[in-house]
Amino acid sequence: MIVDARIVRIHGDDIDTDVLYPGPFLDIEDPELMKNHLFEGLDPALRDRLGGDTALVVDSNFGSGSSREHVPRAMKASGVKCVVARSFARIFYRNCINLGLLALALPEVSEAAEDDQTLSIDLERRIVTLDGVVTPLRGLHPFIVEAVAAGGFVEWSRAHPPARIAR
Amino acid sequence: MGYTATEKIVLDHADVDDVAPGDVVMLRCDLVLTNDISGPMAIKTLERMGVERVFDPTKVVVVPDHFVPAKDVRSAGLQRRLKDWCDAQGVVLYDQGRGGIEHAVLVEDGWVLPGTVIAGGDSHTCTHGALGAFGTGLGSIDIASCLAYGQFWQAVPGTIQVELSGRLGPFTSGKDVILAVIGEIGVAGGNDHVLEFVGEGAAALTIDERLAVANMAVEAGSENGLFPADQTTTAYLEGRGRAGWTPVASDGDAGVAHRLTVDLDRLAPLVAKPWSPGNIAPLADVVGTPVDQVYIGNCSNGTITDLRQAASMLAGRKVNSRTRAIVVPATQRIYAQALAEGLLDVFVEAGAMVSTPTCGACFGGSNGILAEDEVAVANTNRNFRGRMGAPTSGIYLANSYVAGAAAVAGEIVDPGSL
Repeated sequence: MIVDARIVRIHGDDIDTDVLYPGPFLDIEDPELMKNHLFEGLDPALRDRLGGDTALVVDSNFGSGSSREHVPRAMKASGVKCVVARSFARIFYRNCINLGLLALALPEVSEAAEDDQTLSIDLERRIVTLDGVVTPLRGLHPFIVEAVAAGGFVEWSRAHPPARIAR
Repeated sequence: MGYTATEKIVLDHADVDDVAPGDVVMLRCDLVLTNDISGPMAIKTLERMGVERVFDPTKVVVVPDHFVPAKDVRSAGLQRRLKDWCDAQGVVLYDQGRGGIEHAVLVEDGWVLPGTVIAGGDSHTCTHGALGAFGTGLGSIDIASCLAYGQFWQAVPGTIQVELSGRLGPFTSGKDVILAVIGEIGVAGGNDHVLEFVGEGAAALTIDERLAVANMAVEAGSENGLFPADQTTTAYLEGRGRAGWTPVASDGDAGVAHRLTVDLDRLAPLVAKPWSPGNIAPLADVVGTPVDQVYIGNCSNGTITDLRQAASMLAGRKVNSRTRAIVVPATQRIYAQALAEGLLDVFVEAGAMVSTPTCGACFGGSNGILAEDEVAVANTNRNFRGRMGAPTSGIYLANSYVAGAAAVAGEIVDPGSL
């Protein structure tokens, strides 16, 4: 899996799922409609900067709070190909992986990235490249790579019945 | 080296011989919980998986509680589909008016047992750690995995052990304990870990107080807020638990990542100021803040204990004319008990609104939304920007005494001063 994506840099630690996708819109089921409420409590103008292949680059504890899967669903529908953070909140991270949306905790990339740069990710070679700097992907559990490469947990589970992780 | 309680629960629920933090395993769940938001989305995922029947209908509990009672046609549609699916699958449904708020229902009706794994499509599933279970919040695809296979992938968490010493003083509660912990470690301090509460102070907490503590473990980023089962747990589950269970505790030489201590003797009421549960301050720092709305009751603090505490502030008094107050018993059973104890009379006579159990305004769904610039005092668990309404509104999270006292005073006050 190889991704070349244009960076949209969102600054701020502990950005919670409520500002990423507020509660009143949790009864929406179609990701195409969820898109219209992404970043609603943070900065709705960010929506206009997504499109094509986007890499969201964010700070620490991104996606804290609720288990709402609407956030990564809306991101995916908006063209977000990967989210790179200094660190993630757990359930948001799970939801990304389950949807096949690559989520990488890479503090050095989070530090260096600027808007509109191109971030290249080669999952098979386990490297990301930003502005000529190559960063190895360390500590990624094989299951995470498999699930994302498969396109998400649903697709992964079809290939690994009955949902068995190799030791 | 020995194992932590959480590692023991993982060993008991995964096909592995050994376990260490960071390992990824498929974890078998004893119970799958979902609601009117995560449920319909999980059902659609299940359809996409091509799975027609849940793995075991006796292990699936569905509690519509978020947009309940339905706020509009769209939310009503979700609830309709959820109910029809439950009927078709033969899973347990606590339908509207029969249950309440999911986590409170699960606990009071004996589903939550020490040493079990509870997979919930709601981030506050960590609440069930109060009874010694590994309850953890998951997304809808995870819930679909649980419904289909009875298991979900899980990175084994480390353990942060929180030693509670001393006893709670007047006008403090479990809420202050967890706010103190979040103040200490921060909103990300518990990421990839569970909080495990031990010590004589933990042993002295009632189940309702433990529920308040465990509920907000996720506000520190933690996967669960664990109180290893003890005599209090045993007494609570007597005649209530739906199956037998065995207590699980950490070994003395288990690998604990980090230890901290909270001295309950020295703990005074705390608040979390807008807009983060980690923005902790002593109550004294915010006394005098005008309050537009007081909101009492959700999955953390809608217990009978909380209603009694709030009622003790409101008894014989009136809600200040500047303020509106909303009281939400967490379950039908708690509602009935509050009715029998005369607590609802207290609230109604004081001029508070008493609502049916619902997640309601706690997550900004309905039932008490804040206008621009309004300020609320709530005994709920989150005060993110815009959580209860307008982006400029603010929520002070506090215990039920503080919330009740604010309703009377129309501003934040020391409950002891009323």
